[in-house]
Amino acid sequence: MKLTLQILGVVVAVLLTGAMFGTAGWTHPPVRSEQTGFRGTGMVQVQNPRTLAAQIAANAAPAAQDPVPPGGELATQTYQNVQVLTDLTTDEFNRLMVSITEWVAPEQGCAYCHNVENLADDSVYAKTVSRSMIRMVRHVNADWQNHVGQTGVTCYTCHRGNPVPQAVWHNNPGPPHAKGFAARDGGQNHPSTEAGLSSMNYDPYKELFGDKDIDNNAVRVASRTALPTSPMVPLQTTERTYATMIHMSESLGVNCTYCHNSRAFFSWQESTPKRVTAWHGIRMVRDINGNFIEPLTPVLPEARLGPEGDAPKANCTTCHQGLVKPLNGASLLKDYPELAGTPRPAP
Amino acid sequence: MGYYQNIYTQVQVHPLHPEAGVTIPEIGKRVGKGGFSYLAGLIGNAQVGPIYLGTLGTLSLVSGFIAFEIIGLNMWASVNWDPIQFVRQLPWLALEPPRPEHGLKILPPMAEGGWWLLAGFFLTVSILLWWVRLFRRARALGLGYHVPWAFASAIWLYLVLGFIRPILMGSWSEAVPFGIFPHLDWTAAFSLRYGNLFYNPFHMLSIVFLYGSTLLFAMHGGTILAVSRYGGEREIEQIVDRGTATERAALFWRWTMGFNATMESVHRWLWWFAFLTTLTGGIGILLTGTVVDNWYLWAVKHGVAPSYPLIYGPVVDPLGTPGGTP
Repeated sequence: MKLTLQILGVVVAVLLTGAMFGTAGWTHPPVRSEQTGFRGTGMVQVQNPRTLAAQIAANAAPAAQDPVPPGGELATQTYQNVQVLTDLTTDEFNRLMVSITEWVAPEQGCAYCHNVENLADDSVYAKTVSRSMIRMVRHVNADWQNHVGQTGVTCYTCHRGNPVPQAVWHNNPGPPHAKGFAARDGGQNHPSTEAGLSSMNYDPYKELFGDKDIDNNAVRVASRTALPTSPMVPLQTTERTYATMIHMSESLGVNCTYCHNSRAFFSWQESTPKRVTAWHGIRMVRDINGNFIEPLTPVLPEARLGPEGDAPKANCTTCHQGLVKPLNGASLLKDYPELAGTPRPAP
Repeated sequence: MGYYQNIYTQVQVHPLHPEAGVTIPEIGKRVGKGGFSYLAGLIGNAQVGPIYLGTLGTLSLVSGFIAFEIIGLNMWASVNWDPIQFVRQLPWLALEPPRPEHGLKILPPMAEGGWWLLAGFFLTVSILLWWVRLFRRARALGLGYHVPWAFASAIWLYLVLGFIRPILMGSWSEAVPFGIFPHLDWTAAFSLRYGNLFYNPFHMLSIVFLYGSTLLFAMHGGTILAVSRYGGEREIEQIVDRGTATERAALFWRWTMGFNATMESVHRWLWWFAFLTTLTGGIGILLTGTVVDNWYLWAVKHGVAPSYPLIYGPVVDPLGTPGGTP
């Protein structure tokens, strides 16, 4: 009995240790820890240099197409049915079309959007989508510089050679659940990959990223005064914010302290300036999803829609993909000034 | 005679006949004759039984079982009665309190918190009945009531979390979900919502008593094991009749830290530290949201939280600046 128990104990200990080593996602030293704030405040960024190097390598920006000589006929004069890129010369237009193919549909080619028999034809849904997306890129570069700065975005920032960007989200009704009077899960209580495998919201995005008309204070849960003066904000709302923040942290590959001072998460005074950039980013994502992607829902084929029949939408990972700056801060936009801002006035 | 030479060597007592205990009126109501188990002896007394459950104990176990079943079956329902997913996801599954819109409704829809209230009711009944049982068993044996009162302190924290504070806040949704990870997520969210619980002075006290308990426990356990070769395990007699074990233990602590507890006072230290952990913790939770809405701002107001140089320059709320949104 005694010996059996001892052997059993050793076997269990070895198995548990093995399981722990195999599943807990360990890394080995050195891990870089960088102080970013005043001493003693714990404002530190922890980076695994090996993971970071791999991320940077995986997020390299492609080379731009060779520039074209300025001047020449406008694309609208050369081609029929040019609706968005009306201010481009034919050369610029062709160069951008080649680039879009490379960025978005490198395998499928022109035929992904165009009827190759008649390029002016609008019969392929992807052409309608891409028009809207080009408008969106220009809008982001012109009106969201408080988030994208001068670096800006191009199609490649999200698409990375895929017709649909890899990191997109749909409304998530959750896993199958017993009907009748069994207790509902309240959108929680399953392993949530969106929220760092916690048991919090498995769909933190639907309201906070998907609803363009949501109240500007919807993310804010902590009280602004020491004593109770404001209406109660439920803990369930707090968990939704928390889940969203875990998503932001993971999609940027940073700790909470990249933006917040963890002693007072809510306090702007204690926060870093990055939080302001991120704040605009949340609004930008709502704008993108609500004003550009959702209106495309009727155009999209059923295979592109989620379980609730909604379009694939953007969140922080769609562009950032694990880095603080998408494509590690490389600006493709400088080689494609035609994607920056509103259309140039016709000459 | 066995000696406790180090923390691993262990003595198991297996007498020929199980120890029947002192004679008390209810002695006949005990079930079984008792026996010996090597496994039980590994963690405590090798003798198991005879058992006395009585009315209170039986009712308590039945209530606890009902609560356990309500929680478990609802968790199972949340994975659509899939047994594999139930095992896989068990740490994540939960039975949630009523949604905020139901406030303090006693009978919200079963699917939206009714089951939580029912489970909470039976669990509370079970715990309270067990407390009464502890009290009555202590009295039957002619003991002091130290253990029931210490348990009452833990029950206080439990009741504050799931009953008293939700009522004061006017919503069951403020209560803790039943679930392994979900209650931890609740704890983190609770601190975020109420401006960092670490600035709550009663939370500070509770941590002091909790960590203090473990420290005192290790010091006391270590001391007694260390002097057991001199008969130190007879610590209670040595309160009034100290021997060389007590003298050596006391001298050890006087030499190493200049002060020693006595064979009597160390037990009071331990009892009060354990008792105050949940008592102060319960007060801290009770004040959160009811009296103080943001502990960080409260701590700033009262000079508890230090201020550090703002090295990032002024960072202001974009909602507070004109033109914050394009």
